[in-house]
Amino acid sequence: MAIVALRAPLKDLAGGRSEVKVDGASVIDVLRALEAEHPRIVGWILDEQGRIRRHVNVFVNGELTREDAPLSADDRVQVLHSITGGTA
Amino acid sequence: MTELLVGTKKGLFVLRGEPGGAFDVVHRAFPGTVVEFATFDQRTGRYFASVTSGFFGPRVMYAEDPTGEWEQAKGPAFPEGTGAEVERIWVVMPGEADGLLYAGVDPAALFVSTDGGETWELNEGLWNVPTRPEWQPGLGGLALHSICPWPADPDRLAVGISAVGVWVTEDGGKTWRTGYTGLVPRYLPEDQWETSQDLCVHNMHRAPARPDRLFMQFHGGVYRSDDAGATWNDVAAGLPSGFGFPLAIDPGDPDSAYVIPLTADRDRVTREGGVRVFETRDAGATWSARNEGLPQEDAYLTILRQAFGSKGEGDRLQLYFGATSGEVFGSADAGRTWFRAAERLAPVTSVRVA
Repeated sequence: MAIVALRAPLKDLAGGRSEVKVDGASVIDVLRALEAEHPRIVGWILDEQGRIRRHVNVFVNGELTREDAPLSADDRVQVLHSITGGTA
Repeated sequence: MTELLVGTKKGLFVLRGEPGGAFDVVHRAFPGTVVEFATFDQRTGRYFASVTSGFFGPRVMYAEDPTGEWEQAKGPAFPEGTGAEVERIWVVMPGEADGLLYAGVDPAALFVSTDGGETWELNEGLWNVPTRPEWQPGLGGLALHSICPWPADPDRLAVGISAVGVWVTEDGGKTWRTGYTGLVPRYLPEDQWETSQDLCVHNMHRAPARPDRLFMQFHGGVYRSDDAGATWNDVAAGLPSGFGFPLAIDPGDPDSAYVIPLTADRDRVTREGGVRVFETRDAGATWSARNEGLPQEDAYLTILRQAFGSKGEGDRLQLYFGATSGEVFGSADAGRTWFRAAERLAPVTSVRVA
């Protein structure tokens, strides 16, 4: 199982949990599984076409990655918003 | 007691007060997030907010109490296969049947809810009109921002899109036609004025007491249609400028409209440092400045397209507008006198009266 690490506001949408363990062979699988377990996250990390949002960054074991990257058991997936995208 | 829903670049402000003086800020929801639009469905008592995180995207939220918990709606979201993603949700508008609501989004599309705003589906008819690949955005995006239901007839609807003009359906959204005869896009070369569909509608409202009448604030012009949007007449003569964003009406008087002219598209602030609302009561034949109580010196405000709301009608029509300066002004006597309801809020994107 991969460990998905979340910060606010995503953490709040996952019931206050900063880490969630979910199954999946790739980043997109894990993010979809996260949405299934915590439906309030739907639309926040992935857009409606299944792409990671432009201003969201996903790291696997500290390395920036994209949707189709493979995952191994115990990989740590961090979801952070980027330094762009906000308003002044 | 009047309740205002003020959407801003930094959250939703819920204001309550008695007309004539400063309102209290009783709640700030969605801090740090752009609230493009917020409104109240009089039929159900439900509140809606269009909330856009620059990081995590846009969504519709709803609540029974704007100072309490908000729920996230399912959608609006484009179906897989369209390749599109919702960038902004410009407007949420109650429809003319139980549970029916509409949402207008960027890229220009209409979403429909039949369960009181909890779930949303794309209107495929408008999404699939053949000219869509040629549609061009305005500065604010390719935005469907104005939705005008026909009283008591859910099959009839007009929408305004920047910059693709007016689209009308008479069969509940299955088919759409565009109506733009008379609109003059002076921002294009003269030889394109009669044929171009790059028509930058800024705001549009229907007169419910005479539903075939619509008023429009255009990108350089104010227009009136008396045939449900098929043809348009320029009624900007008498205004200091044809440029502006919002428009309001008195629903009890089909000859009424209110606009807030800005200097020009190259200088989008109130003219000559004075804030003036203009009112017509003869369908645009003449306009009268309504500025008693509004700042008339060193006031260079920008009032955005959704930042002008109203409630009631006739002499008791309440009007409220907000500026990107963070100020909100109100009138409880149909525009004859004005007062400052709030100041030092974040830049105001929308104002509606609950």
